[in-house]
Amino acid sequence: MIGFATRRLIQAMIVMLVVALLAFTMFRFVGDPINQMVGIETSIEEREALRERLGLNDPIPVQFLRFVTNAAQFDFGTSYQFRQPVSELFAKRIPATLELSFTSALFALVVGIPMGIYAGLNRESPISKFFLSVSLIGISLPTFFIGILLIFLFSVTLQWLPSFGRGDTVQIGSWWTTGFLTISGLKALILPSVTLGLYQMTLIMRLIRAEMLEVIRTDYIKFARARGLPNRLVNFRHALKNTLVPVITITGLQLGAIIAFATITETVFNWPGMGLMFLQAVQNVDIPIMSAYLLLTAFLFVAINFIVDILYFYIDPRLRVGRP
Amino acid sequence: MPYVSNEEAKAAIQDRSGHQAAPGRLSKVFDSDMFHSFLRSKVTVVAAIGTFILFMLAFLAPWVAPHNPFDLASISILDARVPPVWMEYADPRFILGTDDQGRDLLSGIFYGMRISLIVGFCSVVAAAVIGITLGLVAGYMGGRVDTVIMRIADVQLTFPAILIALLIDGIAAGIFGGVDREIFAFYILIVSLALSFWVQYARTVRGSTMVEKNKEYVQAARVIGIPSVIIMARHILPNVMGPVMVIATINLALAIVTEATLSFLGVGMPPTQPSLGTLIAVGNDFLYSGEWWIAIFPGLALALLVLNVNLLGDWLRDALNPKLR
Repeated sequence: MIGFATRRLIQAMIVMLVVALLAFTMFRFVGDPINQMVGIETSIEEREALRERLGLNDPIPVQFLRFVTNAAQFDFGTSYQFRQPVSELFAKRIPATLELSFTSALFALVVGIPMGIYAGLNRESPISKFFLSVSLIGISLPTFFIGILLIFLFSVTLQWLPSFGRGDTVQIGSWWTTGFLTISGLKALILPSVTLGLYQMTLIMRLIRAEMLEVIRTDYIKFARARGLPNRLVNFRHALKNTLVPVITITGLQLGAIIAFATITETVFNWPGMGLMFLQAVQNVDIPIMSAYLLLTAFLFVAINFIVDILYFYIDPRLRVGRP
Repeated sequence: MPYVSNEEAKAAIQDRSGHQAAPGRLSKVFDSDMFHSFLRSKVTVVAAIGTFILFMLAFLAPWVAPHNPFDLASISILDARVPPVWMEYADPRFILGTDDQGRDLLSGIFYGMRISLIVGFCSVVAAAVIGITLGLVAGYMGGRVDTVIMRIADVQLTFPAILIALLIDGIAAGIFGGVDREIFAFYILIVSLALSFWVQYARTVRGSTMVEKNKEYVQAARVIGIPSVIIMARHILPNVMGPVMVIATINLALAIVTEATLSFLGVGMPPTQPSLGTLIAVGNDFLYSGEWWIAIFPGLALALLVLNVNLLGDWLRDALNPKLR
């Protein structure tokens, strides 16, 4: 187990180093960092002095090492647009994105799993067929258009729910702000999390359905039925449990996707999270924010992958036996 | 039982998209089995007809569109934001109404669909070329070349395509800083989409290549001294193309959606050459003032296009998968 975890950890670190190299290359070579930091009237001597002071004349490996050391301490430089440290900007916006991602993942699981189980067990029922056609449409509609439709329906036409922002937020601790504790905050969460979670929900539903269909054909389920176990027990204790392995993998991987697609949802709903900031950075070529976002999301993905791998090991005993 | 890594599990799921199709099956199946299964599935027939109609409308836009939205002489700002014909204050000249500049929305959708499809096709072809080449080389050469290419693919697979496309777009904007972004928008878009989607082709082609290269015909070609490049291009390539076609169809829908998303986010096609995504982005500003049609109709056109292509892709995947027959 420990050997397996170490191997995975080393792989994860190599991936992070590669991504760091990419982020560094972006940071250092796309556009001249000095030009972005100073005004037009700064003289050439002053520019050179700044260049020397920031260490941009050092050998590239030294610069890379410094970049990695700084990044490990959450120092990603200063944003070109806002003239503030990138880490502070991110700290302010991380709660919004994490709350949105968490709510939509919850929505996807809570709605998707029961739908999948139902469709898997009652293959021919009209409700299952309805679920499947809805899911096909859900997959074909782009996320941003789902957001627009929801806004049009619930905000513009019915005027039930707000269409932008987080509503009122409550500050917890020194930097975390939450929308979970106010009515307007909760109301503001509904549309964005449904938009963000809909695709994941359809995916989870289809996956559970497919796995269920496969599992209920296996011998041990037939045997369990032959033993006269009640349906509920067979379906949930025997069948469902064994469909969960791929579901955990996919859900883990989809968590990464949720955070990435949060960029789109945050733009549609003007949600003050990291994704919106990243998008504005892309539009304004604010390289420090872009490279910090790249590193941050890469770190999240790698961490999630690592955790999923370890979970796998616990859930599926077959993996444990097979290893030396 | 060997340990299955995350990436492999994911790849296995993706490989279900037709990887099992034996090489060379495409041509054989085309006249009998496949055509039969095509006719048997009513949804597919409808989807094929729908796709055909939409493609025709898009590519023949200059001839079938009632107006030319790019002809400045024919549009008038006085016609701006006219609602669709079945609503009050409508104008019979504009069936689906007009946008904020007085352009006919229906014509705009035809032309926009054309741009969306061109970007989609070009990026799918570019991604396939990159992916097939790298996959062939990785599978045929093996060893260190294979490790390096597949590691890059693994790293990239952990990132969603849309993020990669956004990043490349941002970097490109940084490199072309001073130059007018609009001129390059089309090419930047295709490059960023191609670099986001090549991995799937590479993985599939690599897998099939590794099987093919141990077969006798490849051994024979080697023995008589044919150079590796020619073996790869002339002998192995035709035999690994089946699954590639399936991935390409499914990726066309994905590329169209991604392109629309990028354009909607303001980093894709500029408003001077609007794709469906750009049209939706423009319309989004008028959603709150009640002019819903400017955003909703292009969105529905996009959804219809993607749905039809997806259905065709699904059927193709199943039809080429002998396991399901």
